[in-house]
Amino acid sequence: MTAAAHVAFSNVRMGFGAREVFRSVSCRFPAGRLSVILGGSGSGKSTMLRLIGGLLQPLEGAVTVDGTDVTALPERRLYDVRRKLGMMFQGGALLDSLTVFDNLALPLREHSSLGEPEIADLVHRRLGAVGLSDVDDLLPGQLSGGMVKRVAVARAIMMEPVILLCDEPFSGLDPISARRIERLLVGINRDLGITVVLVSHAIASTLRIADHVLILLPDGIVEGSPADLKDHPDPRVAAFLGEEPPDEAGGPVADVEMPPAAGTRW
Amino acid sequence: MRGPIQEVGWRSLRVVEALGALGAFALQVGGATFRPPLRVGHFVTEIYKLGVLSLVVICVCGLAVGMVLSLQGYNTLVRFGAEESLGAVVGLSLVRELGPVLTALLATGRAGSATAAEIGTMVATEQLDGLRMMSIDPIDLVVAPKALAMIVVMPLLSALFIVTGLAGGYLVGVELMGVDGGNYATSLQSSVDFYDDILGSLVKAVVFGMLVGLIATHRGYTCVPTSAGVSAATTSTVVVGSVSVLVSDYFITALWGV
Repeated sequence: MTAAAHVAFSNVRMGFGAREVFRSVSCRFPAGRLSVILGGSGSGKSTMLRLIGGLLQPLEGAVTVDGTDVTALPERRLYDVRRKLGMMFQGGALLDSLTVFDNLALPLREHSSLGEPEIADLVHRRLGAVGLSDVDDLLPGQLSGGMVKRVAVARAIMMEPVILLCDEPFSGLDPISARRIERLLVGINRDLGITVVLVSHAIASTLRIADHVLILLPDGIVEGSPADLKDHPDPRVAAFLGEEPPDEAGGPVADVEMPPAAGTRW
Repeated sequence: MRGPIQEVGWRSLRVVEALGALGAFALQVGGATFRPPLRVGHFVTEIYKLGVLSLVVICVCGLAVGMVLSLQGYNTLVRFGAEESLGAVVGLSLVRELGPVLTALLATGRAGSATAAEIGTMVATEQLDGLRMMSIDPIDLVVAPKALAMIVVMPLLSALFIVTGLAGGYLVGVELMGVDGGNYATSLQSSVDFYDDILGSLVKAVVFGMLVGLIATHRGYTCVPTSAGVSAATTSTVVVGSVSVLVSDYFITALWGV
């Protein structure tokens, strides 16, 4: 049985100034599944997340989030839709003037009538879930990259969203930290039933955890389960999934002819 | 390639567009200021950052300006045998013009640029987008408390500048140049009018606070999200803020008659 779409793109065209990022993209991210967006640098992966969050408006087409077209909504109405969303930004986007505790407590203080003891309890439970129980009083600048990402995930699920968006959750992490984030995202998806849409360049992690993969190519998209895509006839799909790069990507480094030195030496 | 007339027209349109954007931004900030929840904690923090942290620079500059004003005033007045009017000259100069204007210029350089850089950095590091994704309006949480704090601290800093300036003038005029202390105080008291001078000075300071607060927050909020963009926002805050203060000073002076 096909899961209902939680997020859907219909003929979306997007660009910045004269540069067109993608044209006429139509795709869907199934409810309750973990979907991964893959693609080359500049192919519009992070842009898709920002379109889902209503942070960007497409040039054409519709982006539907849990049944609501977010492309036509004014900012105030978007806030209602965003209450269903949690977003982990690539750099964390934690407020650098607030401690970790206050970063996590902020959405609760803004949107709930909970008292400080209940808020503290919830914050500590979320921090415990991401494996960070002793960083309450630290500022984001005092955390490592992996810790920032885990705090960002904890903040993103603070208000119990129905859809979690993650921008490059594995980038810049050592394998152990990346595995920890993988397990965390799978747990959020499977245990909490949250639909997860993430953008990643980490193919190994992607193939391990994804239910649904979408690859942005210059002339369109390819989507399916990791198993479906392994047998896909397009060589560019195989390239993304870890096979040999296609010819147009260039040969081995040894074959590339380097230009002569400009005559300067240290 | 545009011709010179087209260039003038294009630039004029850009200025009108920028003024319109600033006006719309001011309405948003105004709406956020009076919409609950009232963010008293954030407001107090901003008062501290913009006001308390500016105290030293305001006091030092006020003292220095008062001293030099007294010195210059004395050297001029003594030629006409009118050195007893030194208090009036120093007082009126400080209360009517130098107090609010120099305070606004100093606040633009210190607090305005810091505000633009702080908000600009939040834009560049996606912190404001992070707030939006948590359904928190950045204008409500970040911008409005800073803009409102600037409006409140400007008259207070201006008053402090004037008081320290008067003290500096007294030090040089009375203690150094030998003007009678009673004459200094009497001429000051008799020449400074509450409505024309003190109230006019307060009005100027409030208007300057609004201008600097809005320009600084708007430049930061709309900056290009790069390090160069943050730098440009900071620079333009100082330039546009300073020019706006000086131009508006003329119009307030002309309209208020101070």
